[in-house]
Amino acid sequence: MDAAVQVKATVKRRKKVKISTIVIYAILILWAVLTVFPFVWVVMNSFKPSAEVLRSSFALPSPATMMNYENAFGKLNVLNAYGHSFLISGSVTVGVMVFASLMSFGLTRYHFKGKQLVHSLIVASLMFPVFATIIPVFRMIVEWGLLNKNIAVILPQIAGNLSFATIVMTGFMQSIPVEMEEAAYMEGANVFQVFGRIIVPLCRPSLATVAIFSFLWSYNDLFVQKIMIRDPKRYPISTLLEQISSQYGTDFGLMAASVTIIVIPVMIVYVILQKNIIKGLTAGAVKG
Amino acid sequence: MLYKKKWPLVVFLVPGLLFMLIFLYIPFVENIKNSFYDMPAIVKMPGTEWKFIGLENYKRLLTDTDVRTALLNSVKMMVLTVIFEVGIAFVLAVLVSQVKKLQQLFRTVYFFPVVISATAIGLLFKLFYNYNGGMLNQILAVFGVEPVNWLSPELAFIMVCIPTLWSYIGFYFVILLTGLSDIPDDIYEAASIDGCSRFKQVFYITLPMMKSVFFTSVTLAVTGALKVFDLPWVMVPNGAPQGITHFLGTYMYQQTFGLNNYDYGSTLAVLIVVLGIVVSKGVGFLTEDREERAEKKAKRAREKAEKKAALSGRKVQKREVA
Repeated sequence: MDAAVQVKATVKRRKKVKISTIVIYAILILWAVLTVFPFVWVVMNSFKPSAEVLRSSFALPSPATMMNYENAFGKLNVLNAYGHSFLISGSVTVGVMVFASLMSFGLTRYHFKGKQLVHSLIVASLMFPVFATIIPVFRMIVEWGLLNKNIAVILPQIAGNLSFATIVMTGFMQSIPVEMEEAAYMEGANVFQVFGRIIVPLCRPSLATVAIFSFLWSYNDLFVQKIMIRDPKRYPISTLLEQISSQYGTDFGLMAASVTIIVIPVMIVYVILQKNIIKGLTAGAVKG
Repeated sequence: MLYKKKWPLVVFLVPGLLFMLIFLYIPFVENIKNSFYDMPAIVKMPGTEWKFIGLENYKRLLTDTDVRTALLNSVKMMVLTVIFEVGIAFVLAVLVSQVKKLQQLFRTVYFFPVVISATAIGLLFKLFYNYNGGMLNQILAVFGVEPVNWLSPELAFIMVCIPTLWSYIGFYFVILLTGLSDIPDDIYEAASIDGCSRFKQVFYITLPMMKSVFFTSVTLAVTGALKVFDLPWVMVPNGAPQGITHFLGTYMYQQTFGLNNYDYGSTLAVLIVVLGIVVSKGVGFLTEDREERAEKKAKRAREKAEKKAALSGRKVQKREVA
C-alpha cells in the first residue's frame, strides 16, 4: 500500500516537472522567434519588388528578384561605404589595441608617482558620454582641416574606446605571473623585447576581446560618423544607411535590401566567432 | 619592481595618455567652459568671437519646454530599460538556467541583435511601422482592422522604445546568466532538500546572491538609456512629430549640429553628464543596504584617520631629519 502511494507520487512529480519544462521551452523558443523574426522578414523581403512588400510581406518571394540589390550597389555606392567603414573601424581597432596594451604594461609593471591618479583618470573617463566631448573635438577637427576625412572619425573613436580597453587589459596583465618576464630580463632582454615577445602573445585573449568591442562599436556607430563626414561621397555604412532611409524611404524593397546588406557581414562573423563576441561585448561588465 | 630603468615608462604611457588628454579630458573641460559662453560659430574668427555670458545658457535650459520633453523621455527610457530590459533578461536567464538542452543556442540567438547596428534596427522597424503597407498594418488588415499610424504623437514614443529595448535584452541576458551560473549548485540542493520550491528559490537564493550583478546591469542600463541616439534619430529624426520623441542625446545633436547652437549644445551635454553621475550614484545608493553603507562609512573614517596619522608621522620624521 505504502509503496504504491510512493510510486504514484513520484510519477506525479515527474509529470509535473515535464509540463513545466515544456512551458519553459515554449517561452524560450517564443522569445527566440521574436528575436530572429525581424531579420528573417527583412532578408526575405529584400528579394521582392516594393509593391509586393507592401501587399504580402509574409509570403516567400516568388520569383525572387535581385533588383533591389542591383539598385543598392548601382545607385548607392555601397561598396565604397564598406571600404570607408572597414578602414575606419580597422584603424580604430589597431590603435586601441596598441595604445591600450602599452598603457596597461606601464600601469601594471611600474611604480611611479601619480600612478593612482592616472588610474582614477582612466576610470573617470568611462563616465564621459560622447556628447560631452564631441563639440570641442569637432572644433579641433574643423581647425585642423580634417573634416570629411576618415581620420576625423578614427581619432575620437580611438580615444573613446581606450579607457575601457585599458581597464580590461590591466585586469588581464595583473594576472600574468612575473616569473617568465623575470627570467627573460635576467637573460639580458630589454623591456621592449619582453613586452613584444612575452606579454603581447600571452595577452592574446584579452586583445581579442578589445579588438571585438572596438571594431563593433566603431562599425555600428552613427553619431560620430554623422558629425565628422558630411560629404555623401565619403559616407561610411551607417551614414549611408541613414541617408537611404530619408531619401528612398518609400522604396521598401531597396530599404530591405540595404538593411540586409549591412546585417549580413556582421551576421556571418557573429556565427563564426559568437562565443568570443559575446564574451568581448560583455567583458568587464560583471566585474564592473 | 622588476624593471629598474624608468625611462621606458614614457614610451608605454605617453601615447595613450596623450590621446586621452587631447580627445577626452581637455574637450571635456572645454565643453563645460563653453557652456558659459556665447558661440556664434564653432571656429573663432574675426567677427565670431565667443563672449562670456555666465549662466544665460543654463537659464535657457530651465525655461526650454523641449528640454523638459527630452529629459522626461530620457528618464522614462531609463525606467523602461530597468523594467523591461533587465527584467525580461532576468526571467529569460532564470528559465534558460533551468533547462539542459539548447542553452548555447538560446544564448547565441538572444544576443544577436546586440551586434547589429542601431541604425539598421531603426530602419527595419521603420518598415514595420509604415502606414501604407507596413508589416504591422498588414497584420491588422488580415483581421479587418483599419491601418494605424504607429508614429502618431500618441504612439511614437512607445514605438521608438520597443526596438531600443528589444535589441539589448540579449546583452543583459548574458550578463545575468553568467551571474546565475556563478551561484554554487549545492545551495539550491540544500534548499530543495529542506523543501524549498523552485519558485521560492528564485526569491530567497537567486535574487539576494545576484545583487552585485543586478547592480552592474541596472547601472549599465540607465547610463545606456542616456546615451540613446542612433535608433531614435533614424526612426524619428528631430524628435518627429513636433519634437515629442526627443531624447537628451537627439536634442543635443539637433541644437548643436542642426541649429548651430554650439553653446547651448554644450550646456545640454553638461546636463547629460550630471544626470548620468546622479543616476548611477543613485542606483549605487539604492542597491546598497544599510549595513554595507555603515561599513563603508566606518572604513572611510578609518582610512582618513590612518592618512592623518601617516601624514603627521611623516611630518614628525621630517622634523627629526631636519
